[in-house]
Amino acid sequence: MTRPIRVLIAKPGLDGHDRGAKIIARALRDAGMEVIYTGLRQTPEMIAEAALQEDVDVVGLSILSGAHMALVPRVREALAAQGLDNVPLILGGIIPEADHAPLRELGAAGIFGPGARTEEIAAFIRQLVNVKPTLEDV
Amino acid sequence: MLARLLNGDRRALARLLTRIENQDTDAVAMLTALYAYTGRAHLIGVTGAPGTGKSTLVSALTRALRERGRTVALLAVDPSSPFTGGAVLGDRVRMRDLAGDSGVFIRSMASRGGLGGLARTTRDMARALDAAGFDFVLIETVGAGQSEIEIARLAQTVLVVEVPGLGDDVQAIKAGILEIADVLVVNKADRPGAENTVRALRTMLELGHAAARERLRADFTVEDRVENTVLSDWMPPIVQTVASEGRGIGAVIEALDAHRAYLRSNGHWEQIERRQLELELLHRLRDGLLERLLDQLSMGEIGAVIDQVQSRAIDPYTAVSRMLAETTMMIDQSHSER
Repeated sequence: MTRPIRVLIAKPGLDGHDRGAKIIARALRDAGMEVIYTGLRQTPEMIAEAALQEDVDVVGLSILSGAHMALVPRVREALAAQGLDNVPLILGGIIPEADHAPLRELGAAGIFGPGARTEEIAAFIRQLVNVKPTLEDV
Repeated sequence: MLARLLNGDRRALARLLTRIENQDTDAVAMLTALYAYTGRAHLIGVTGAPGTGKSTLVSALTRALRERGRTVALLAVDPSSPFTGGAVLGDRVRMRDLAGDSGVFIRSMASRGGLGGLARTTRDMARALDAAGFDFVLIETVGAGQSEIEIARLAQTVLVVEVPGLGDDVQAIKAGILEIADVLVVNKADRPGAENTVRALRTMLELGHAAARERLRADFTVEDRVENTVLSDWMPPIVQTVASEGRGIGAVIEALDAHRAYLRSNGHWEQIERRQLELELLHRLRDGLLERLLDQLSMGEIGAVIDQVQSRAIDPYTAVSRMLAETTMMIDQSHSER
């Protein structure tokens, strides 16, 4: 049997809407994943700490505030500070098309807008995790 | 790996927990190596019905323990979907103010089909956290109903969380989860009916809770049950809390400390550990034997037997005793051939 994929779903920044994040959490659960949901208003440091303790395969950020260009590099830095450079970051929320390419440069492996199908997101995560080298030695 | 774990490397700890949880092939070797470093932490189980505020209470307890200079690891178990195997693990939502403290380590885990409110690997995960040197390992079970008592076979102290208005005093005298409580917490005690809940619980305790619990614990062992009366002189304290405001948390810690002191005073600590290890060994033996037996049977053979049982050509009892007789013979043979 294959092990379940572990995903952290976090909401950085100050906007208080977590409906989208909860829908994604539920959808990934239904796709057989273990979703660690951290709730609202997480700092990049809190997200990185949770990612470390939970040893997740993927971190998903839900950002509706428009602060994605500032938040993504800060979360990447915080992850790097915990030695988690290899953990892929995916984004959901309201993110203008024009920002997609620069965000990928900043370290977002995938970006999903409000129209994204949840099956598509789950499939993307599965493919991300499979290409990751398994069980690097500790 | 072990050296990094003992040195407090949190990344190494997190990776080890994953391997244990996934029952990777090298997990047993790592557990073997770290076992000598276990047995130092106070393992506290926190259980109760869904919505009683277990996560909030655990969070408040952790904060208070940290103020007293103790280090705390949390294992929070949430249910896996029986259909997809997926899970949403949401306990961290209520633990956000524990962030950024190197004296705290929080790990969420899905039950992955485990029964009794825990996952199969919760014990081994708790062991890794114990070896990593945390003073306390708090284990929050799946929101439990009435019979999720597996935690009593793992923790030294079981804290059962109740809230006002969940049930009447008949609920309180039913068998099950209340009987494994070493400390009873009535959370959300600012709600109406808290006094009634406390009174019902107190009545239940006075009606011989300790004796009932003793029988339960004795059932866990194959040792002489009559001799196992040592635990019956602990009367579980009832503590009222409003965990979301931090009220009553100091009294919970006092109760936990008192229980630990009680267990330490006359060798009860060691006795409990001995019983738990006995049970664990029996479980592992049973699992190992089952695996060996199943190795000897093909799914085709089992399918054929099921066909016979379903057509009433044979009954389930005879079918099993025949299969057992055949497989144990095969195991005997394979041993004498070696």
